[in-house]
Amino acid sequence: MVTLKLFGLTLLFSLPLGLLISFGSMSKFKPVKYLFKFLVWVVRGTPLMLQLILFYFGPGLLVNMLEGAGVNNLLTDMMRALNQADSLIIAVIAFVINYACYFSEIYRGGIEGIPVGQYEAGYVLGMTKTQIFFKVVLMQVVKRIVPPMSNEIITLVKDTSLARTITVYEVIWAAQDFVRNDGILWPLFYTGAFYLLFSGLLTLIFGFIEKKLDYYRG
Amino acid sequence: MAVLQVENIYKRFGRTEVLKGIDFSLEKGEVLVIIGASGSGKTTLMRCLNFLEKPDVGRIMVDDKVLFDTEAAETLKESEIREKRLHFGLVFQDFNLFPQYSVLKNITLAPTLLKKGTAQEIEANAKRLLEQVGLLNKMSAYPCELSGGQKQRVAIARALALNPEILCFDEPTSALDPELTGEVLKVIKELKDTGSTMIVVTHEMEFARNVADKVVFMADGVIEEMGTPEEVFGNPQSPKTQAFLRKAHEGF
Repeated sequence: MVTLKLFGLTLLFSLPLGLLISFGSMSKFKPVKYLFKFLVWVVRGTPLMLQLILFYFGPGLLVNMLEGAGVNNLLTDMMRALNQADSLIIAVIAFVINYACYFSEIYRGGIEGIPVGQYEAGYVLGMTKTQIFFKVVLMQVVKRIVPPMSNEIITLVKDTSLARTITVYEVIWAAQDFVRNDGILWPLFYTGAFYLLFSGLLTLIFGFIEKKLDYYRG
Repeated sequence: MAVLQVENIYKRFGRTEVLKGIDFSLEKGEVLVIIGASGSGKTTLMRCLNFLEKPDVGRIMVDDKVLFDTEAAETLKESEIREKRLHFGLVFQDFNLFPQYSVLKNITLAPTLLKKGTAQEIEANAKRLLEQVGLLNKMSAYPCELSGGQKQRVAIARALALNPEILCFDEPTSALDPELTGEVLKVIKELKDTGSTMIVVTHEMEFARNVADKVVFMADGVIEEMGTPEEVFGNPQSPKTQAFLRKAHEGF
């Protein structure tokens, strides 16, 4: 089912990409830091629907422009490929970038919230930076970010419906076909039940994870 | 032979000069207690010894090996610093235990990562240390289930697990309720009896007097006075030391 596919693929790619973006926006190298901060600002500051439309129509426009200017390089090829790509793939790309930026801010909050003493304890015990991150900090970050993450992921469930603007045949659109073709309204309400069930299931899963991590405080 | 020699340490943060030329040495098995008002540079000195801060000027030698020397002027690689800081252990004021790990895992984590022995050896050693600080029965507990005093004793065991030549304590009882300081001070005293070389920053004057071989009084980034406890507490020479000790005695 298209909605589930969009949801799953978005999570699969945006969770790790968000971590990379959060590292970028915490970089000690100022140009990298501000580049990533700018990216996050643009992506979070514009509607997802607009970003979908950009990724859907943008490549085609660019191909025309580039071909018009006689440019034929890797960029042109990439844009051509995007232009011909399935609309679901375009939607996944736009969703991944959008959600990765939101996740990156959650990660950043989680990482920056770890007391500096935890790092120092690791240092004086002779651990490397990598060991400190993976063995000391990461688990504490996970515990901190589960509640805001569950919030964001439940929002994603419902945001998938936006993909219809670029012809992705997701569940609401499918239901609207019934309205159009058969003149019946209730399939539309079934989609409401679907979203409720889906987010209810996620709520249960996140509640379970929170409980699992409840064995310690701090 | 001095196990530790500290020469001419300077450190400034922005415009504030925190350490203005610190010199002292420490013999094997000696306990050095550093006292002084807040802001006198005690903690910064301790952090310099543990490579958490880098002195602007100065030299640190352990067992006649140069660990740090601004004259040498080479930048140390992270791996070199890591090796050098293992000469020291540090117990923090606010413990800094790893909350997600059990007491035992807190102690075994670093030796395991540093491959200091087989898993059995490391665990046996950790249990021996827990016994030493009187917390073997709390082995499987998590830090959040312990009292402050117990946490600090675990932190001491954790620092000991790496067998540092010199164990540093940065105000180990300052974050504790008054009735819990005793158990931590007792552990430190027992360590002295087993011949550990230690540097202790503390506000516990009674303890300093009892446990120190050498007392350093710091004021405004310099060592104002240094000597045996009898000398510093019994017959302080500097007016600043006299004033500080008078205030400490008066209490509140």
